[in-house]
Amino acid sequence: MTIEEIQNEIIDEFSMFEDWEERYQYMIDLGKDLPLIDDQYKTDNNIIKGCQSKVWVHAEMNDNKVDFTADSDAIITKGIIAILIRVFSNQHPKDIIEANTDFIDKIGLKEHLSPTRANGLVSMVKQLKMYAIAYQTQLN
Amino acid sequence: MFKVENIRKDFPILSRQVNGKPLVYFDNAATSQTPQQVIDVIVNYYSNYNANIHRGVHALSQEATDLYEQARYKIQAHFNAKHAHEIIYTSGTTHGINLVANGFSALLKKGDEIIVSALEHHSNIVPWQMLCERTGANLKVIPMNQNGELEIKAFETLLNQNTKLVFVNHISNALGTINPIDHIIKKAHEVGAAVLVDGAQSSPHIKPDVQALDVDFYVVSAHKMCGPTGVGVLYGKEDWLNKLPPYQGGGEMIAEVTFEKTTYAALPHKFEAGTPNICGGIAFGAAIDYMNAVGFDAIAAYEHELLEYATNKLLEIEGLKIYGTSRHKTSVISFNLEGIHPYDVGTILDKLGVAVRTGHHCAQPIMDYFKIPGTVRASFAFYNTKSEIDILVEGVKKAKMMLS
Repeated sequence: MTIEEIQNEIIDEFSMFEDWEERYQYMIDLGKDLPLIDDQYKTDNNIIKGCQSKVWVHAEMNDNKVDFTADSDAIITKGIIAILIRVFSNQHPKDIIEANTDFIDKIGLKEHLSPTRANGLVSMVKQLKMYAIAYQTQLN
Repeated sequence: MFKVENIRKDFPILSRQVNGKPLVYFDNAATSQTPQQVIDVIVNYYSNYNANIHRGVHALSQEATDLYEQARYKIQAHFNAKHAHEIIYTSGTTHGINLVANGFSALLKKGDEIIVSALEHHSNIVPWQMLCERTGANLKVIPMNQNGELEIKAFETLLNQNTKLVFVNHISNALGTINPIDHIIKKAHEVGAAVLVDGAQSSPHIKPDVQALDVDFYVVSAHKMCGPTGVGVLYGKEDWLNKLPPYQGGGEMIAEVTFEKTTYAALPHKFEAGTPNICGGIAFGAAIDYMNAVGFDAIAAYEHELLEYATNKLLEIEGLKIYGTSRHKTSVISFNLEGIHPYDVGTILDKLGVAVRTGHHCAQPIMDYFKIPGTVRASFAFYNTKSEIDILVEGVKKAKMMLS
């Protein structure tokens, strides 16, 4: 599936929820299910420092596609990462670089996208795109 | 007669909604809310008195100067300073601390010692590390125990003839512990060391008497005391303030300037370079009037009632641990739910309209001591209620249910 198709699928899933509680419960459950990052990659080098919770991201390129794995010490943050990984993992670097993230607004999580929010979601998206840019350079 | 229902009417912000729920504001240790009486003073200042002060011959400048200087007298009276010129306007507590730290650069030499406590806010550690780097002085730390109290015996063994300055907060921002500063001051003075006390967290709850404490420097911020942000004061004993060199150069702080030599203005202006936060100073005076009208005894008694109520209610929740369990503490509760990140709890509480602080509260050494990434901190003010605490407790239960 393309990034856009996955985003639309997520928007559909979230449209079924009636209130914030259901949305957050779903994210929390996603966070619990997130495959953990391999311990060897949980290093200080792979930390994206938000102010409050730690986030580790590891990227690999397989068959010209970028695979992400990640973890966080906070579960809601982990849920958000799970959504981002579902959207961006196993995609061509060029598509990741060009993708927009408006869908986060559409699923009612806009507050987490504010650059001043202390959970580092903005830095997280930026970091995923940075990896994609690095891999794109390798392909060129 | 203290009636919380009446007091709440003074604070317009308390009737707003957050995420569709009535706001429950429990982040008072970060900043307090502003009563209409103080807001009116700010509006009135800009509507009728706005002018630059001290130099103008015109009426507006004179009136603004009078209001600003009257506020200084109010602040002097509140903290019971001997002289009004011992009250230096600052931009806040951090500014006051840096002013003193910078001044001590000229007074310290290699081998001198500065003592700080393990209960400090970052802003209280960094200026002293910088000062030690500049002067070759050494930094010593008063350790704390599991209850979040300072080890006073250990402090006494740190004191010696090389100790030049002791720096401690009156009340810890992260845990709410009230430190025995009268004892610390007495012991420090026995070896000839000066004492600087951070009163940012104490000034909203108690009325310190700087002469009775015999403290050398005391710093506060207006925004923790129902005043505006960006203004505070440094109290310093006249002798000490005369010994310290000026902090910043600029207008207001000079007596005479030629290219050969500048003579500095007398206290307090020597430390007040540039155009100050005039409106802020005046509003700070109004905030002090407001809090005194409510009454600090009534405030302390009521907040203690809130603290006990909330502590008991929260401890009924299984797996909830409170950090900072000193018997001497103010209305601050720092806590965690077992196995749950404080950030997650804070996010759910925010959705319920409850404002708390999560994280390390700029006191990372304290978090390292307890080996936790941070805490959820609920801090209560005299305008909070028990029914708001019930909303917090229900919210924490809900967060626990959703996150476990």
